[in-house]
Amino acid sequence: MHLKREKALWVYERMVLIRKFEDKVHDLFSAGKIPGFVHLYAGEEAVAVGVCAHFRTDDFLTSTHRGHGHCIAKGVEVRGMMAELFGKATGSCKGKGGSMHIADVEKGMLGANGIVGGGAPLACGAALTARVKKTDQVTACFFGDGGASQGTFHEALNLASIWKLPVIFVCENNLYAEASPVKYTLNVENVADRAAGYGVPGVIADGMSFFDVYEKAGEAVRRARAGEGPTLIEAKTYRFYGHFEGDPVNYRPKDEEQAYRKRDPITDFKQKVLAKKLLKADDLEKIEKETQAEVDAALEFAESSPFPKLEEILTDVYVNYP
Amino acid sequence: MAERELTYREAINEALRQEMRRDDTIILMGEDIAGGSGQPKELQDAWGGVLGVTKGLYTEFGADRVLDTPISESGYIGAAIGAAATGLRPVAELMFVGFMGVCLDQLFNQAAKLRYMFGGKARVPVTIRTMIGAGLRAAAQHSTVDYSVLTHFPGLKCVAPSSAYDAKGLLIAAIRDDDPVIFCEHKALYGEKSPVPEESYVVPLGTADIKREGRDVTLVAFAKMVHTALAAADELSKSGIQAEVVDPRSLSPLDEGTILESVKKTHRLVVVDEDTPRCGMATDIVSLVSQKAFDYLDAPPQMVTPPHTPVPFSPVLEDSYLPTPEQVADAVRGTLD
Repeated sequence: MHLKREKALWVYERMVLIRKFEDKVHDLFSAGKIPGFVHLYAGEEAVAVGVCAHFRTDDFLTSTHRGHGHCIAKGVEVRGMMAELFGKATGSCKGKGGSMHIADVEKGMLGANGIVGGGAPLACGAALTARVKKTDQVTACFFGDGGASQGTFHEALNLASIWKLPVIFVCENNLYAEASPVKYTLNVENVADRAAGYGVPGVIADGMSFFDVYEKAGEAVRRARAGEGPTLIEAKTYRFYGHFEGDPVNYRPKDEEQAYRKRDPITDFKQKVLAKKLLKADDLEKIEKETQAEVDAALEFAESSPFPKLEEILTDVYVNYP
Repeated sequence: MAERELTYREAINEALRQEMRRDDTIILMGEDIAGGSGQPKELQDAWGGVLGVTKGLYTEFGADRVLDTPISESGYIGAAIGAAATGLRPVAELMFVGFMGVCLDQLFNQAAKLRYMFGGKARVPVTIRTMIGAGLRAAAQHSTVDYSVLTHFPGLKCVAPSSAYDAKGLLIAAIRDDDPVIFCEHKALYGEKSPVPEESYVVPLGTADIKREGRDVTLVAFAKMVHTALAAADELSKSGIQAEVVDPRSLSPLDEGTILESVKKTHRLVVVDEDTPRCGMATDIVSLVSQKAFDYLDAPPQMVTPPHTPVPFSPVLEDSYLPTPEQVADAVRGTLD
C-alpha cells in the first residue's frame, strides 16, 4: 500500500515518539519516580500506528491497560500523558486516572481500560453512535490475546456483526496474557480464526511490520466506512518489556526475546522507507531528535506541575449530584 | 373532568415515547423490547418487552432507534454506555436486575467510573431500566431488588418509583440527566394506576415525597414497600397512631433532608425495604438518622426487611419472605412501647 511522504513522516514520528516515551517511563519507574501499575507498549508500535494512520480525529478507539501507544497514535499530547503518570493536576485526566485510564474523548480516545476485554462493548457503542447519527466515523477496538478469552470480546463481535457496525477489532497478540503463553490459553492457532464464528473477515497481520498492518487495516477501515461491517485483525506482535513494570519476565525464553528485538518494527520501517527512498536519513534523524526533545519536555512539564488540590477528590464523580 | 389515570406500565411507555419524540439521540436497546425483529412486518413489535412496557415504540420509531439485542448483557449494556459517551442518550433495558450479575463490570467499572477516571472529560448519559421485586413466583434469580448494590457505587444514580406519576416524571428526569441512572421498575406495580398528566414533566432526582403525613412515626419505604407502609399506616390509624410515609423515590442521590425533617417531627423511625437486611437501604437510612438525628429519637430505629436469604419460589415461602403491613405495624408499635 502506497504511503505518501507526509504520512510516512507522521508514521515514523509517532512510532519513535511511542518508543522514546515508553523507554523513558521504564527508566522513571525503575528509579521509583512513577507510582502505580504501568504496562509498556514498546515493541508493538506498528500496530497502533498502522491502524491509526487511516484514522481521522473524529474516529474513535478503545484501548487496554497497555494503552500509551494507542494514545500517542491517536494524537493525545505526551506532556499530559506524562503528567498523568505522575498523578499531576496537569495530566490528561487531572491525575485521577493514571496510566491505565488515560483518555482524551475530544480526540476520540475513549480510554485505556484496566479491565481486560472491558473496551469491546464500549467500542460497539461508539460505532452505534456513528450509525445512528449517520456519520462515517470508524471505531478501533484494541485488545490483547488475553482479552480474546473474555466473554465481552465474543459478545461485542457478535453485536457488531449482526448490526454491521463500523468497528475494527484489533487483537494485539503479543504471545503472553500476563505470564501465560497463548499456546496455553487458546486452543486455536490464531485469534483471527474466531472471526469465522461470527461471519466476519478474520485477517492476520505481521504486527512487527508497519506496512503489513497498514495495508490490512486499510481494507478493514474501508469496509467499516462503507457500512460493510466489522473486521477482526490479529496482529502478531511482541512486547519488549514485561507485562507490567516490575515484572521479572521469567516466563519467556531469552532467545525468543532476542529474536523479536531483532525484528524491531521501528528499525523495519526505517530500513524500508530508506530503501524505497520515501524518506531520507536526515528526515529520520530530525524526527529522532524532535521526539526525544518532546519526551524530555514532557518530563520537565510533569515534574514541575503541581499535584491536584485535595478537594479534587470530590469532583467529576457526577455531572450533577444534588 | 376526572384526572386521567395511567398504569405504571403505561406511564413508563409514555415517558419513553414523549422523550423519543423530543430528542432523536434517544435510542432504546434491550432483549425483545420489540420482539420479532427481522421478521415480516406483521410479526414485528411482537412483545414490546417481556412484560409489554415498550409495546408500540418499535412501530413508531423503527429499528434504527428501538434495537432488539441478542441475549448478551455485557455486550449491549456496554454498547449503551459507549454510545452514551460518544453522543447518544441510550435507554437500555436490563430485563431483570438479577442479570446485572452478567454485566456488572460494564455498570460499575465502566459507566460509573469513566467520568472520574477521565478527569471529568466524559459524560455518560445512559439510563438503564430494569425490573425489580418479588411477588410473581419468579424465584431467586428473577425476584430481587438489588438496588442497594447499585446505590453503593459512586458514579451511578439509582431511582425506584412507587407510583405511575413518579415513574413517568422520574424516567424523564433520568433520560435527561447527564449521568448514568439505574431506573428500577417494580414488576408487581405495573398494573398500579394513578393520575398522570398528559404533558411531559420531571420529578427531579434526589427529591423524596411524603406519601402520607403523620406525627407519631416515620416510615421510610421504597418502591412496592411504599404500598406496604401505606397499608400499615391505614391499619395503625385505626388505633390512633399517625404514621408518616416517606418515599425517597431516588436512592442515589438521596433526599436526606426530607427524611431527617420527618424524624425530627415524629421522633421514631421504621424503614421498610424489600432488599435483604445487610448493607442495604434500610441500614443506610438507619445509619443516616442515627448519625444526624440521634437526639430526636425516642426509640431505637427499626427495620422491616426480608430475611438474609435468596427469594424462595414456593408461594407460601415467598409470601412469608416479603414484609407485610402487619409486620410493619408491629414494628411501629414496638417503637411506641
